[in-house]
Amino acid sequence: MKRAERVESVGPSGIRRFFELAEARDDVISLGVGEPDFSAPWPARQAAIEALERGHTSYTANRGMAELRTAICEHVDRRYDLSYDRDEEVVVTAGVSEAVDLALRAFVDPGDAVAVPQPSYICYEPGVTFAGGDVCRVQTHREDDFRLTREALSAAGADEAVALVLCYPNNPTGAVMTRADLEPVAAFAREHDLLVLSDEIYADLTYGHDHVSIATLPGMRERTVVFNGFSKAYAMTGLRLGYALGPPEAIEAMNRIHQYSLLSAPTTAQHAALEALDSCDDAVTEMVEAYDRRRRYLLTRFEELGLDCFEARGAFYAFPAVPGGDSEAFAEALLDEQGVAAVPGDAFGPAGEGHLRVSYATGMEQLREATARLERFLADR
Amino acid sequence: MTDEQAVLDCLLDNARYETDDLARMTGLDEDAVAAALDRLEAGPVAGYRPVVDWDRIDREHVVAVVECDVELDRETSYDDVARRLARFDEVATLRLISGEFDFLLTVEGESMQEIARFVADRVAPVPEITGTVTHYAMETYKEAGEEFDRDDDDRRSVTP
Repeated sequence: MKRAERVESVGPSGIRRFFELAEARDDVISLGVGEPDFSAPWPARQAAIEALERGHTSYTANRGMAELRTAICEHVDRRYDLSYDRDEEVVVTAGVSEAVDLALRAFVDPGDAVAVPQPSYICYEPGVTFAGGDVCRVQTHREDDFRLTREALSAAGADEAVALVLCYPNNPTGAVMTRADLEPVAAFAREHDLLVLSDEIYADLTYGHDHVSIATLPGMRERTVVFNGFSKAYAMTGLRLGYALGPPEAIEAMNRIHQYSLLSAPTTAQHAALEALDSCDDAVTEMVEAYDRRRRYLLTRFEELGLDCFEARGAFYAFPAVPGGDSEAFAEALLDEQGVAAVPGDAFGPAGEGHLRVSYATGMEQLREATARLERFLADR
Repeated sequence: MTDEQAVLDCLLDNARYETDDLARMTGLDEDAVAAALDRLEAGPVAGYRPVVDWDRIDREHVVAVVECDVELDRETSYDDVARRLARFDEVATLRLISGEFDFLLTVEGESMQEIARFVADRVAPVPEITGTVTHYAMETYKEAGEEFDRDDDDRRSVTP
C-alpha cells in the first residue's frame, strides 16, 4: 500500500509512546492527562439524554444549531468582549481540533509557512503538514514565563509566514498572555499581514488573571480566527464540541470544508453544549476553584522540592524544569521507580526539552501521593 | 476572600486536609491557616464527621425521617421544642421547615424497632407535638454531597 507522503512525514506522537509505557503498569498515578477529571455538569449530560429521548438524532445546519450559535455569541460577548454574528461568523465543529484543521486547510497553500510557538500542543504541526504547509517554529522561553515575544517571532523569520497559531492559556506550559504581552504580537501580525489562529480552549481556566483574546486588540478582529469549545471548561472532552469565530469570509471558507467532511457537529453534543451555556456557569466556577487550589498546592510543593517552575496561571498544567535537563530520561525513571506518569516536555517539540508537563486535572489525594513519590524519587538521586 | 473562607472552601472539599496542605492550597502560611481554623472551629464549624455508606459496613444502621406537627402556646416557642428534641442522641438532624408540618427530623438507630420506640416514647409524648409520621429510608444514594455509587475514572492515563 502506498501511503501519502504527508502522512509518512508525520511520526506518531511522543505522547502515544509515553501512554503505552504508562498503560503497561497498574499502580500508576497519572499527572499526564490532558483533560478534566470532572465529568460534564449533570444538566448538560441530562440535556444530551433528553435530546436522544426526543429523537433529535438528525443532522443540524452545517454551522450548528441556530440556538447554539446564538448562545455562543452571547457567551463570548459577555465573557471576552468578543462580538460575532451568529449567522455569518460562527461554525460549530467536532472539538477545537476539527476547527484548527479546517482553518489550516482553508488558509494554507502548499509551501506556505505557518508560525507555531514552541513548545506546542501536539496537533498544530501535523495539521500544518497535512494542509501542505511548512512549520516555522518560534521559540518561547522559561525566562519569559513561556510567553511569545515579538523578538522570537522576528528571530524565527515569522514575518514570512501566512499565519500564526496562538494557544494561550497554553498547553503544555500553563502560560498566559496579558493584553500588554499580546500587543507586540498583534503589531507584528498587522505589520506582516499574518492571519492569527487563536486557540482559546483554556480561556475559562485562568487564575488571578482574566483571559484576553487577541481578537479584541485594535485591527485584529479582521485577521483572527478564535477557537473555543466545551471540552475543558465544561469537562466535555468526549462529546467533541468546539467552535470557530471569525470574519464572514474566513468562516465561510472553513465551513466549505466542514460541510463536505463532517456535515455538522454531533447533534447530541450540541444539545448538551446549549444547556452548558445556559445553566452551568456555577459548575465551571467550582471546577476552576478546585483547579486553582491544586495549582497552588503543586507549585508550592515544587518549590519545596527545589524544582524550578514558573508560576503557571492558566489551563491545568505546570511545566517544571527537570534536574539534569533530560526530560525523557527523568519522566521514564519517575514512572519506572515511583509509578508517577508526567509527560516529558520534548513530546511538545524540542523547545519543551528539559521540562515536564504536569497536569493537575487530578484529585488532591492523587496529587498529594504523586508529589510524595516525587519527593522520594528526588531524594534517591 | 477572607482566610476563613479560603480554608473553609478546602475543608468542604475534604475535612481531612492537614494544616500544611491547607497552606499550600490557599497560599497562606501555616500560622494563618491555624488561626483561621481556630476561628472557624470556635464559630461556624460545629464538627467533622465521615460520610459513611452504611451498606458497606457489617453493622445494622437504620435511618428514618420523621415529620412532626407542633402546636405552640403562649409560653412555648419553636426554639423551645427544638431544644428538647435536639438533645436526643438519636436525632441526627433537626430542621424547622415550611409546608404542611413543622419539624423534620432525621433519626438514626440500629433497628427499625429502636427508632419506632424512640419516636413513640420520646418524641410523641412531648406536649407540643400533636402528631408524627415516620418514614424509613430504604436506600441511601447520596449523603452530604457524596454519591455512594461512585464511578471509576475512565480517562486514559496519558492524553494530549
